[in-house]
Amino acid sequence: MDFSFYLIIIPKLLSGLPMTLQLTAISVSLGFILALTLALLLQTKQRLVTLPIRTFVAIFRGTPLLLQIFLIYYGLGQFRKDLQFVGLWGFFREPYWCAILALSLNTAAYGSEILRGAIKSVPKGLVEAARASGLSYYLTMRLVVLPIALRQAIPSYGNEIILMVKGTSLASVVTLMEVTGIAHGLISETYRAIEVFVCAGAIYLTINFLIIRGLAALEHRLSPPYLRKRT
Amino acid sequence: MKKTFNLIATLLALSVYQGAHAASNSITIATEGAYPPWNFTTSDGQLAGFEVDLAKVLCKKMAMDCTIIAQDWSGMIPALKAGKFDVIMAGMFITDKRLEVMSFSQPYAIDPSSFAVEKDSELAKSTDSEKVSLNDTEKAQAAIEKLRPLLKGKTVGVQASTTLYEFLKKYFGDDIKIRTYKTTEQRDLDLEAGRVDAIYGQRTVLAATLKNDGFQDFMIAGPGFYGGIFGRGVGAGVRKDDDKLREKLNSAIQSAIADGTIKQLSEKWMGVDITPGS
Amino acid sequence: MIDVLHLLGFGDGGWGKSLLAATLVTLLLSFSSFSVGILFGGVIATFRVGKYRILNLFGRSYCTLFRGIPDLLTIYLLYYGGSMLLTSTGKLLGWDGFIGLPTFATGMLALAIISGAYLAEIFRGAYLALDKGQLEAAQALGLPKWPTLRFVIMPQIMRLALPGVSNVWQLILKDSALISVIGLVELMRQAQIGAGSTREPFIFYTAAACLYLVITVLTGFFFKYVENRTSSY
Repeated sequence: MDFSFYLIIIPKLLSGLPMTLQLTAISVSLGFILALTLALLLQTKQRLVTLPIRTFVAIFRGTPLLLQIFLIYYGLGQFRKDLQFVGLWGFFREPYWCAILALSLNTAAYGSEILRGAIKSVPKGLVEAARASGLSYYLTMRLVVLPIALRQAIPSYGNEIILMVKGTSLASVVTLMEVTGIAHGLISETYRAIEVFVCAGAIYLTINFLIIRGLAALEHRLSPPYLRKRT
Repeated sequence: MKKTFNLIATLLALSVYQGAHAASNSITIATEGAYPPWNFTTSDGQLAGFEVDLAKVLCKKMAMDCTIIAQDWSGMIPALKAGKFDVIMAGMFITDKRLEVMSFSQPYAIDPSSFAVEKDSELAKSTDSEKVSLNDTEKAQAAIEKLRPLLKGKTVGVQASTTLYEFLKKYFGDDIKIRTYKTTEQRDLDLEAGRVDAIYGQRTVLAATLKNDGFQDFMIAGPGFYGGIFGRGVGAGVRKDDDKLREKLNSAIQSAIADGTIKQLSEKWMGVDITPGS
Repeated sequence: MIDVLHLLGFGDGGWGKSLLAATLVTLLLSFSSFSVGILFGGVIATFRVGKYRILNLFGRSYCTLFRGIPDLLTIYLLYYGGSMLLTSTGKLLGWDGFIGLPTFATGMLALAIISGAYLAEIFRGAYLALDKGQLEAAQALGLPKWPTLRFVIMPQIMRLALPGVSNVWQLILKDSALISVIGLVELMRQAQIGAGSTREPFIFYTAAACLYLVITVLTGFFFKYVENRTSSY
């Protein structure tokens, strides 16, 4: 084992960490807002509203993320003139925003399904009780349904966040230098693929471990004492 | 259950095979398959181009059975080291850095590198287009200093893990923003889309790019650099301990240069003669 | 429009045939990875519910590891490290010489390892959800271990795990696109090749997206059908 080699490459790989974390944080946040909006819209049962949402979800869940990134970056790059015309080219010109768009839409599609399931799992009796006590639909949602649904969704949503952390590794295909992109650069400098990928893997593993721990703590805090798991 | 086991056993048996080169008179040659006109993939999935033709000629001269496979550029050298194939013929420059980890045949082509830019850009006004050897330090330095102000603040696209990238980083690293691409095709798409101001590449490759629809407003600009960091031209890469194969390749390349095969093939695919020493 | 039909058609210079052939490779790759992945998942799940601490620890590490690192890295690691590992194992067994793993096998193994980690969790969850009374009843009837597993545990686990298993199938299908990075010409890579050489990325990536969508939707229907058939309520 050549430890000095690891000592050289680890700091270099870590220089890509801010980009990886930024991509994750922004797309998870944007994706969550969108996912929640979609999940709430799906409650309306209006076909005119639900059909487009279902189509969106089916498309983004049914195709590979890599393909979505390629399609948004290189595919839409072909329509520069049209995008310039509508003033969107400034956005699509940047690989950073294209990656964020692809990641956010992808996680929104998965997230909306998770949240829809969580909302559905809230006992009907609670909703009826809230409505019977005179709460409006909006207040019932805000004060009764969502707090319970969101807490129940934490484990599944946590998995989705982890998938997103892993998904950012694909952003290197659109020229972004996050951890995996830097790993590729290091390999072409040192020609030692395995060592570099092992280090990069360890970095992702650490991030994901911390996220899992953080979410478990959050779930613990948000649960009433009788629902808490023994830790 | 039994069926599943049988299936798995068959799959495993199929998947473990002895490395071709060690076993017999056959070798596997890797190329990128996405670097026109040197090597590319046609619509029916076949590999074609200058190096593919040349590989076939060399194999005939060496009297060996060759399999030519396509392989992503960025992982090519580690994959060669890991024994995924025996020879790399993918427009790869013979550089000192690569010679530390692998071995090369003698060069089979020399191809200088330049920028491609929009015709009405500043860089296009640089009228220098002669070949400049980086070994000629004074002349090279002068040419680079002339380019520097024209490139200041520009975004330049280049294929990742290449000597071309090393060159940009070494000579213009502080002046420009470099974007790296997995393939030249992606680099070209971003030039066309206007996401980068210029791209940098081998002249023959840039020329092939500019022949495509949508590139009428672009041109090759600046001097053609070679030597120095670019090493000794394009050669066939082999594993470090593979002297026998290297010797065989050397004599086959020597013979292909002598009988004019390389000249003829390079003129067929690139319209210019890139035989070493021409 | 004529251009699109020509590019994606089956005539001269059309990419239709290549794209369909690549779709077949994607299907084959996904299906074989799925089968081997179920085997891996089953074994790891058995480790995790079993009573041997060392196997338990191994199973847990396996799941954490392969669910925690990007699938792309797993694929690369196997690609570069796989044949090295095989060759050194071969040397130990006295076989001098290089042993390689072809691209398809590498890709299949990588996907099987990754999906195995997800499937193990699903199988474990299903086993834990199993009514313990069933096992006790089987024991009380004097049913030996193997028939208990075969006729009592397995059918129920399969039913309970089906929705999760269906998700993993979709995951494999989409992950198979990542195998394009190690040079296997499956649907994603074929689309990239087409996009590159015709400089029509939009058309080719959209076509590939449609083909993936067709597969995921059709196989989704299949799983739904099986789910409905096997669920007793």
